[in-house]
Amino acid sequence: MAGTEGLTQQELNNSTGETRDETDSKKNDYLQSKVEGKALSKEEKLKLRKDKKQQKKNKKDDKGPVKEEKAKKPVPVMDGQQAQQQKAPPTSPLMTPEAPPTGEKSGKSKVELRADRRARQDLDRTSKQGKKGDRSQLASTAKTKAPPSEPQPVVKRLPEHIQADDPAVLKKVAKKLERQQIPLRLDYGSKVSLFSHLHQHSRKAPLTQQMSIPSTVIHPSIVRLGLQYSQGIIAGSNSRCIALLHAFKQVIRDYATPRNEELSRDLVNKLKPYISFLNQCRPLSASMGNAIKYIKKEISNVSSNIKEEEAKTTIQNCIDKYIKEKIHLAAKAISKSAFEKISDGDVILVYGCSSLVNYILCDAYERGRKFRVIVVDSRPRLEGRETLRRLVKKGISCTYVLITAVSYMLPEVSKVFLGAHALLANGYVMSRVGASQIALVAKAYNVPVLVCCETYKFCERVQTDSFVSNELDDPDDLIVTQKGKTELQNWQDIASLRLLNLVYDVTPPDFVDLVITDLGMIPCTSVPVVLRVKNVDQ
Amino acid sequence: MELQAVVMAAGGGSRMMDLTYSMPKPLLPVGNKPLIWYPLNLLERIGFEEVIVITTKEVQKQMHIDTKMKLEMVCIQEDADMGTADALRHIQQKIKTDILVVSCDLITDVALHEVVDLFRAHDATLSMLMSKTHEFTETVPGQKGKKKTGEQRDFVGVDSSGKRLLFMANEADLDEELVIKKSIMRKHPRMHIKTGLVDAHLYCLKKSVVDFLADNKSITSIRGELIPYLVRKQFSASTNSQKTKNDSEKNQKKMDLKTPDIHISSKDEDLLDLAREKSCWNDHRGDMSDAYHGGKLRCYVHIMEDGMCYRVNTLAAYIEANRLAPKVFSEELPVHPTAEISEQSMVGADSIIGAACHVSEKSSIKRSTIGASSCIKEKVKITNSIIMNGVTIEDGCSIQGSVICNQAVIGRGADIKYCLVGSGQCIEAEAERNNEVIVSTDQLMEI
Repeated sequence: MAGTEGLTQQELNNSTGETRDETDSKKNDYLQSKVEGKALSKEEKLKLRKDKKQQKKNKKDDKGPVKEEKAKKPVPVMDGQQAQQQKAPPTSPLMTPEAPPTGEKSGKSKVELRADRRARQDLDRTSKQGKKGDRSQLASTAKTKAPPSEPQPVVKRLPEHIQADDPAVLKKVAKKLERQQIPLRLDYGSKVSLFSHLHQHSRKAPLTQQMSIPSTVIHPSIVRLGLQYSQGIIAGSNSRCIALLHAFKQVIRDYATPRNEELSRDLVNKLKPYISFLNQCRPLSASMGNAIKYIKKEISNVSSNIKEEEAKTTIQNCIDKYIKEKIHLAAKAISKSAFEKISDGDVILVYGCSSLVNYILCDAYERGRKFRVIVVDSRPRLEGRETLRRLVKKGISCTYVLITAVSYMLPEVSKVFLGAHALLANGYVMSRVGASQIALVAKAYNVPVLVCCETYKFCERVQTDSFVSNELDDPDDLIVTQKGKTELQNWQDIASLRLLNLVYDVTPPDFVDLVITDLGMIPCTSVPVVLRVKNVDQ
Repeated sequence: MELQAVVMAAGGGSRMMDLTYSMPKPLLPVGNKPLIWYPLNLLERIGFEEVIVITTKEVQKQMHIDTKMKLEMVCIQEDADMGTADALRHIQQKIKTDILVVSCDLITDVALHEVVDLFRAHDATLSMLMSKTHEFTETVPGQKGKKKTGEQRDFVGVDSSGKRLLFMANEADLDEELVIKKSIMRKHPRMHIKTGLVDAHLYCLKKSVVDFLADNKSITSIRGELIPYLVRKQFSASTNSQKTKNDSEKNQKKMDLKTPDIHISSKDEDLLDLAREKSCWNDHRGDMSDAYHGGKLRCYVHIMEDGMCYRVNTLAAYIEANRLAPKVFSEELPVHPTAEISEQSMVGADSIIGAACHVSEKSSIKRSTIGASSCIKEKVKITNSIIMNGVTIEDGCSIQGSVICNQAVIGRGADIKYCLVGSGQCIEAEAERNNEVIVSTDQLMEI
C-alpha cells in the first residue's frame, strides 16, 4: 500500500513543481523507513508533523506569486539515513553552497555533522524569515493592503506657513493668492537662521497698503478684522475666535446666493479667500482653525430645500450656539472645577494675560475665596499689565514681577495657573513664550502647574519643540528707547545682528500636573483620548 | 460696500476772489489741469469706482474730466449759501455706508490707507488727515509787506501715540485762554498740542454721523462745527456713562427731544464687545479703565510728516501748487503736442505749455505754466508766472512772478512784475506794473 502511494506520489512529483519534490521525497524516505520496519521514534513523529506543515506552506507558496520561487535548486538527494537529520529543506531562493553533501552516509565525523546541522539551522531561520515575508506578501495580495517590508519614502506634506525658505512653496502660495486677488505680505528684516522657515512681518507695512481702499474683493468686516489682528488690537485666542465668528456673521448677513449656485457650496468658496487674507495678516490660531472647520461643516450640512433667509439664520444661530457652548459655558465649567482647586490662603502665580485664567480668578474671588496673585510678565508684549489691571480692579491683591524674577518668587507660590493657546495631540501645551520656563521652574520647586484650556482648542497637531511651528512677531517691538537713546534704531544695518521676537512655545506634559477642561480635570496625556471622543461624536 | 466718496466742489473760493470771480474754484487750472482733477485722481488711484460730486450747475457745464470712475454730479444752487454739512444733508438719501469727504481744493500724495486704517481698526467715528504747514516761498502778487501771521491758527491736541484726536480749537474762537476740560486730562494725562498743522479737509465719517446731521439742522459746516462737536463729544458724560439699557433708552428719548444724539451702536455689538473684553490690548496704560476708556465715540487723526499736501484756498497756495503739483502728478508731457513752439524760443524744462499754444520766436519761458490756446508773441520773457487759457501777450513783454487770468491781453512792451491780472483785462502797451492786482472795477465792489 505504501509503495503504491509512493509511486503515485512520484508520478505527481513529475507533473507538479519542484517544490514538492523535496517534501515528497522526504515522505518517501519516511515511508521507506516505515517500510523498512523502523518504529516511529519521537523524533520521527516530530519530523512528520513538520513535514505536513511544510507541505501546507508549500501549497500556499505555489498559489502565491510565482516570481519568488524561481531558484534552481539542486534537488538535494536525501537518503533515508539522513532523513532524520534533515529538516525542512530551504524553499527560499537562498541556497548555500554548503548543501548537505550528498551521497555520504557514514564517514562523516561528528564535527562535520554538527557543522552541517548548524548550517541547516541558519538556512531554516533565513528561510522562515523569507517565508514570513512571503506570507505577508501573500496576505497583502489577498487583503490588498501593503505593510512596508522595507521603509518606503513617504511624501510628507508640511503646511505652507512653516516653509518660508522654500522658493517653490513661496511661488505656489503667491500664485494662489494672486488667484484669490489677495496681496502677498512681504517678509521684513533678517531672520535668525533657526527660524528662517517662518514668516516675519513688520507692523508698519499692513496688508491694506496694497489693496484698494473701498475693498471690493474682501468683505469690509474681514478687512477690519485683519487690521485688528495685525496691529494686535484683538489678541488672545478666545478673543480672536469670537471676533472671527462675529465677522463671519456679518459676511453671512450680507451674502446673497448667486443664481445657479447652492448656498452650501458657494458660501464655503466665498469664505476661502477671506481665510487666506486673515492668514496673511496673522497666522491663524488653533481655536480659529477649529471654529472654521465647524462653520464649514455646518454650512455644507445646510439642506438645499430651505430658503436662503432661513439658511442664513440657521448658520448664524449655529455660530451663536458654538460661542455659547464652547466659550461661555466652557469657561463656567472650568471655573467651577478650578474653584475646588483654589483654597483660602493660596498664592497663585499667573503668567501673561489669559482671558480664561482671569475669569477663573475673578469668579473665585467673587465666591469668597481668599487668595493673592503673583502676576509674571515678560517683554516685549508686557501683557501682564492688563492682567494686573483687571485683577486689581476686581479687588484681588496682586504682586507684579518680570519673568526674570520668577525663581525668587516661587518659594512663596502654592500653585501656578497657566492659560493655553492650544493643546497638542501628544499632550504638549502650546502657550505664550515663557510659559514653558514658568512650568520648568515650578517643577523644580515642586509647585503644581495647572493648565486651563477649553476643549475647542485641542488640536490634532503633534509637536515636541518650539522650533518647528511657531510665529515670529515684528522684530521692531524689541527696540526700546531709554533716556532718549535708542540703541537698536538701525539694527538692520549691522549685518551680523538678528532680532528674534517669538510668540509661542511648547511645554512638555511632564511639567504639567493637571489640565482643567470643560470635560473635567484630566492629565496632559489624555488629550488624544478627548480628541478621539470628539471625532466620534461628530 | 465699504466707503462712499464725496467731493465737495461747490465752494466759492472766498479767500481768493480775485481769481475766482470769473472762474469757479474747482476749475482753476493748476499745471493745466482743473483743480478738481487732483482729488479725483487721488480717489481713482486708490481704487474708488464711484464718486459723488457736489457742485454747482456752472461747474458741471464746464467740467470735462476724463476719468474711469463714475461721477455722480449733484447740483446745488449757488446762491443757496449751503455749508458743507448742509450739502451732506442734501444727499443723505444717497448715502448707504460710511463716507470719505474730500474738498475739491486738496492736492496731496498721501497714502490714504493710513487714514482709512485708523478708521477701520479702531472702529472710529471720525478719521481725518492733517499735514505740517510748509512755508510759501514765492512772492504773492498784490501783497504788501510781509505775510500776515494772523492766519487763524488751529490748536490740535493729540495723545501720546499721536493718533487719537483729543482737542481741537481755532484761535478765532478763543478769547485769551485755551480751556481744556478736566475729563480729557483725567483720561489722557499726556497731550501734545500742535499749532503748525494744516487741515486737509479729508474726513472719514461713519454713516451714523450723516444720519445725525439729517436730524440736527443747526450744523452747517463740517470743518467749522461738526468736527469740533465730535471731538468734544468723545469726552462728554452721556456717551461714556455706563447705565443699564433701560436707563440709556429713557435718557436717549429725553435727549432726542432736545438735541438729537448720535447713535453709535450697531448690530452684534455685544459680540464685538465680548471680543474686545477678552483681548489683552489696551490703548493706554496707567489707569484702571478698559481700552478707549469705554468710550464709543472716537476721533483719530493722521498727521503727515513728509509728502505734499496743499489746500488751494489762497492765492499764495495757488501759486505754490502750480509750482509743485505738476512735478508730482505729471503723466503727460510738459509741452503739449499740439502747441506750436518756434525753434528760436527757449522753453525751460520745468515749464508747462498747454494745448494749441503759440509761442513765437525769441521768447523765453522759464518756470511757468501757459494755458491752452494762448498766444505768446516774439521777444517775450516770462518767468515764474502762471498764464491761463486764451491769453494774448504781445511782443516784447516781460512778465515776472505774475498770474494772468483767462482771456487777458497784455499790450506790447509791458513790464509786469508780481501782478495779478484779472480775467479779460487788457494791459495797455508799455505799461509798468509792480505788485498790483488788476481786476475789473465792478468786481471790486464785492465785499
